[in-house]
Amino acid sequence: MRIGDRQGANTASCMLGKGKVERGALQRSNYAAPVVARAAATLFAVAAVLTGCSGGVFDPQGPIAAGNTKILLNSLAVMLVIVIPTLVALLLIAWKYRATNSQARYDPEFVYSGRIELIVWGIPTLTILFLGGLIYYGSQRLDPRMPIISDKPQLNVQVVALDWKWLFIYPDQQVATVNKLVIPAGVPVHFTLTSASVMNAFFVPQLGSMIYVMNGMQTDLHLQADHAGTYYGQSAHFSGDGFSDMHFQVHAIPAQEFGAFLSGLKAGTGVLNADAYLKLAQQGSDVSAATFGHAQSGLFDAIVHQALPPGLGPTRNKSVSEPGIRPKANPSPTGSANPAPQHREEAHDAR
Amino acid sequence: MNDHFDTMPSDITAGSARRDPYMLGRSSGLRDGRSRQEGATGRGEGGPAPKFVTVTYGFWIFLLSDIIMFSAFFASYAVLVNATDSGPTGKQLFDLTRVAVQTGLLLTSTFTAGMASLAIERRSMPGAQAWLVVTGVLGALFLLLEGQEFITMIGENAGPTRSAFLSAFFGLVGCHGVHVGLGVLWLGTMMAQLWVKGFRADILRRLHCFGLFWHALDIIWVAIFSLVYLLGASQ
Amino acid sequence: MLGKLDWSAIPFDQPIPLGAALIVFIAGLGVLGWITVKGYWPYLWHDWITSVDHKRIGVMYIVLAMLMLLRGFVDAIMMRTQQLLAIHGPGYLPPEHFDQIFSAHGTIMIFFASMPFMIGLMNFVVPLQLGIRDVAFPTLNSVSFWLTATGALLVNISLVVGEFARTGWLPYAPLSELAYSPGVGVDYYLWAIQISGVGTLLTGVNLVTTILKMRAPGMGYLRMPMFCWTSLASNLLIVAAFPILTATLAMLTLDRYLGFHFFTNEAGGNQMMFVNLIWAWGHPEVYILVLPAFGVFSEIFSTFSSKPLFGYRSMVAATMFICLVSFMVWLHHFFTMGAGANVNTAFGIATSVIAVGTGVKIYNWLFTMYGGRVRFETPMLWALGFVTTFTIGGMTGVLLAVPPADYVLHNSLFLVAHFHNVIISGVLFGAFAGFTFWFPKAFGFRLYEGWGKAAFWLTLLGFILVFAPLYAVGLEGMTRRLQHIEVDAWVPWIVIAASGIAVMLVGAACQIAQLFLSIRDRDQLRDDTGDPWDGRSLEWSTPSPPPPFNFAHQPHVENEEPYWSMKQRVIDGQDPRTDRHYEPIDMPKNTPTGFVTAFFATVIGFALIWHIWWLSILGFLGAYATFVVFAWRDQAEIVIPAEEVERIDCDRTAAQMAWLRRGEQVR
Repeated sequence: MRIGDRQGANTASCMLGKGKVERGALQRSNYAAPVVARAAATLFAVAAVLTGCSGGVFDPQGPIAAGNTKILLNSLAVMLVIVIPTLVALLLIAWKYRATNSQARYDPEFVYSGRIELIVWGIPTLTILFLGGLIYYGSQRLDPRMPIISDKPQLNVQVVALDWKWLFIYPDQQVATVNKLVIPAGVPVHFTLTSASVMNAFFVPQLGSMIYVMNGMQTDLHLQADHAGTYYGQSAHFSGDGFSDMHFQVHAIPAQEFGAFLSGLKAGTGVLNADAYLKLAQQGSDVSAATFGHAQSGLFDAIVHQALPPGLGPTRNKSVSEPGIRPKANPSPTGSANPAPQHREEAHDAR
Repeated sequence: MNDHFDTMPSDITAGSARRDPYMLGRSSGLRDGRSRQEGATGRGEGGPAPKFVTVTYGFWIFLLSDIIMFSAFFASYAVLVNATDSGPTGKQLFDLTRVAVQTGLLLTSTFTAGMASLAIERRSMPGAQAWLVVTGVLGALFLLLEGQEFITMIGENAGPTRSAFLSAFFGLVGCHGVHVGLGVLWLGTMMAQLWVKGFRADILRRLHCFGLFWHALDIIWVAIFSLVYLLGASQ
Repeated sequence: MLGKLDWSAIPFDQPIPLGAALIVFIAGLGVLGWITVKGYWPYLWHDWITSVDHKRIGVMYIVLAMLMLLRGFVDAIMMRTQQLLAIHGPGYLPPEHFDQIFSAHGTIMIFFASMPFMIGLMNFVVPLQLGIRDVAFPTLNSVSFWLTATGALLVNISLVVGEFARTGWLPYAPLSELAYSPGVGVDYYLWAIQISGVGTLLTGVNLVTTILKMRAPGMGYLRMPMFCWTSLASNLLIVAAFPILTATLAMLTLDRYLGFHFFTNEAGGNQMMFVNLIWAWGHPEVYILVLPAFGVFSEIFSTFSSKPLFGYRSMVAATMFICLVSFMVWLHHFFTMGAGANVNTAFGIATSVIAVGTGVKIYNWLFTMYGGRVRFETPMLWALGFVTTFTIGGMTGVLLAVPPADYVLHNSLFLVAHFHNVIISGVLFGAFAGFTFWFPKAFGFRLYEGWGKAAFWLTLLGFILVFAPLYAVGLEGMTRRLQHIEVDAWVPWIVIAASGIAVMLVGAACQIAQLFLSIRDRDQLRDDTGDPWDGRSLEWSTPSPPPPFNFAHQPHVENEEPYWSMKQRVIDGQDPRTDRHYEPIDMPKNTPTGFVTAFFATVIGFALIWHIWWLSILGFLGAYATFVVFAWRDQAEIVIPAEEVERIDCDRTAAQMAWLRRGEQVR
């Protein structure tokens, strides 16, 4: 629960995101029934302990995740205030007015009461009004496109979902990794994301908000890990046969060690250029070349603008289908069925 | 408050209406013969509607659902209209002269369909058949022009596979074309039926539905004409 | 000649689908053989297959739904066991098979189990409650049913011939595009749903017209039973939402078959448009399913509390409110797409506003019981089980409508638990409640209470055991549709969930036992009164099973609970029958049109899936010929003579009156 960590931030250091919003620091919550919220939080803390507290939503490790969890618990508390009494009353009434209970009054004429109708409409409406406030507050403050306010300059990471692995490009450092994301702890990270083929969702439960990634489009996400540690990340949108292997590790390392990590990476031999990318974009979960000591710049933009063609999909079944019914060979470079050299040229152009 | 229940004409009548449990302020209303109608709310007084009303009402509901389907195609067109993938745009492709002729044909066919309805109203077999034939021929000519337009566009490498914009265009206009085609087929069937069976009640209901269908297609065409062609050619 | 179809389409190398198909095939052959030996074919053909009687069609819908429910349940068992066995390992289902199973599970449960069950109940009950003799378009009704059956058949054919979609129950583009799903799986999905969707749309048109234009004299809008109101709302939603599905699937079909670019990655296609369009249908769809269930529960709460429904007008308002708002919330299915904060806020609030309507309903049910005499018979148990668990499911639903919470729960097993929580406890419990409630009406004998109660408690327990852990594991971050699991923290929950489904299996077995044993002992369970539950609306005033014409005399309705009033008058010692004059009744004539149309629809669908173009053209010609032949017939109705009407009516009235006079003295 440390939404407040964004306080006293240096907005000027934020990179320009699409939806950059400058806002005052977040206040500690005073918008929902705090007692109930605390009670619910305790309840779920107990549940979290029981579950081993391992990498879930109730074990947030960054400001965004903490904010998500807080909104979640507050909303839950607001609703439990009304849901629990309703359920209790429901079962009590059903039991009290059981047909075998001769003590209970039988009143078949009791079928309308204006006052009760008022309450019946009023209670849910009030609850929803209350919740509406939370929804507004939460959506505005936890917009994935909104930069995290911090005195440290943010790290830029470009994410490409491939069939079925994750490519992480550090554009400013010109290095890249696959299925392994290393970030400095306590530093806000600005992700720009796209997909090489089908829709996926980038999700690290302990760091918070997920976001869809789509081919030909770019989405933005801001996350931060408060502490060093290893966090589980995955695709949260089904993307085909290899989907279940599409998970990755996020290593948050102390900020001072990040430079060493980068130089270690740069010493590596792998080069991520259009050729290597196209090879990587082929379907499969096998990750042989996990790091690239040099990533050509402009590659991400080339993918977003489809100068590099979308992933090919399964090639083995292609021969099964009749040639006549496949989409006609398309004059546009992105539509053609095989990655002709022209794409590579365009990728270079895009650079 | 009224307790004269013994005058009830049916085997299932109100006994507890005196309670008026929902405070709707109505009594059981059986003081005299006509007050039962006052007692009932809504439109349920007369019992089930006659068959002609039910059939045409149901067909209206169907037409509304059809219009919703078209609105989905319209929406897709609106979304994709600029997704030309550096291919040809509407302004380069649309031939307004042909579209004007098409519109004229379809509007005239709506008029002749109306004339056919009038002839059917008069129970004039030659009149009805003649106007229906004219309607069908106009519809077929419309389809012919649309087919010519499509073939020309595909010949210019501007077929539906060229870009998302063209996919949406062919989808929307083609969907309307398919409807017109089915309408012409239906019309032919109805003419044969009318010829063989005469002005039977069920034939009259179907002809009425056909009229509704044909006019609805016209309305959709007007929307296509203005939103797709006029707007597209002017941009 | 046969398009893409050849022997490689049959999965000879996969023992599971092949074995399953073999069992189904042999069982099917057995049933057909039994029918032949017993000589039931003429009966089946004349009284069921060609029937246009809304009651028979309703029953056939429910039979189809129950078969498909079993099929979907088998899929569910396979999914749970696969995840159990695939912890750090491959399990027994390879991904390409597992993906088909969860896709088929969702598709079958929504389109071929829930929908037909609800439509079946509406078909059976609505005309009876409205006091009329049939729906507005009886033949169309038959066509609708058989088209739905066609869709179900195609989905099941995919088990052996070819494959089913591997995309999930909603084929999100571009995964469902030809580039990423080159097989016939998505085509099976598209044509099965498209064909059955046409059937559903026609049902919607049919029932809307019936409810708005065909009510018994005196039945104003505010006198319709609650179930008719919710049916009206549900069918209005069908008419308004299903065309969107038709259009969306047509676009995807054009993409796949003719190389269009509506949703492709290439040439400017827009995959976000697919998501928007499919949910513009998909969200109303959940209310299409659950609103009739709300109606069933309203009838049950009132009947088993021996009280009129509390706050009837409020309930009507809440129903129509839900109906309207359900079209304005679709975006909450993809808050995580990156729309702006304001858009998410607006749709989040709109979504939670729907809960107001549902909340009102729950309170009104509560007050219906207040001051009543609550009888805990099986339908009431389902209703109480529904209202408690559904409240929880609704709450987690509103939780998911809070965008920041959705950012961490979307697509997780928390979401899976949520929608099963509302669909199982809403739709499925509603279906079982309605099934038990109206079964005596449909067949003239009751179902065993003991087996029913056992089925209820086991299903409830199993349901909680499956989905409570899924909520928890969703909060642990587990996403849906995983073929294997690598995170140890999730394992205990997966194990509990798997044990829960075993309990549900026993519950399902009780349900089946209840049905078979009740049929076996039907003479002991016979109900001659037509009113086994002390009902309140018109359907209980006819004998069970109702005669083809439903009512010998058209009922006149003068208040909200016409049959209850009639019984009150009998207590007062009055004879409610003043009209002893019988007239011949015109009833729509049976026709094989629906069956034949569906036959050709199956041919068309199969041919298009496998690109056998000549066969699909033949199919279309056949369908058109059927249409013309039907249109050409001269006689659409048969007359039931007055004497027969009188005989049927007198038989049941005697029994009913005797029972009423005896039963009502006690009160």
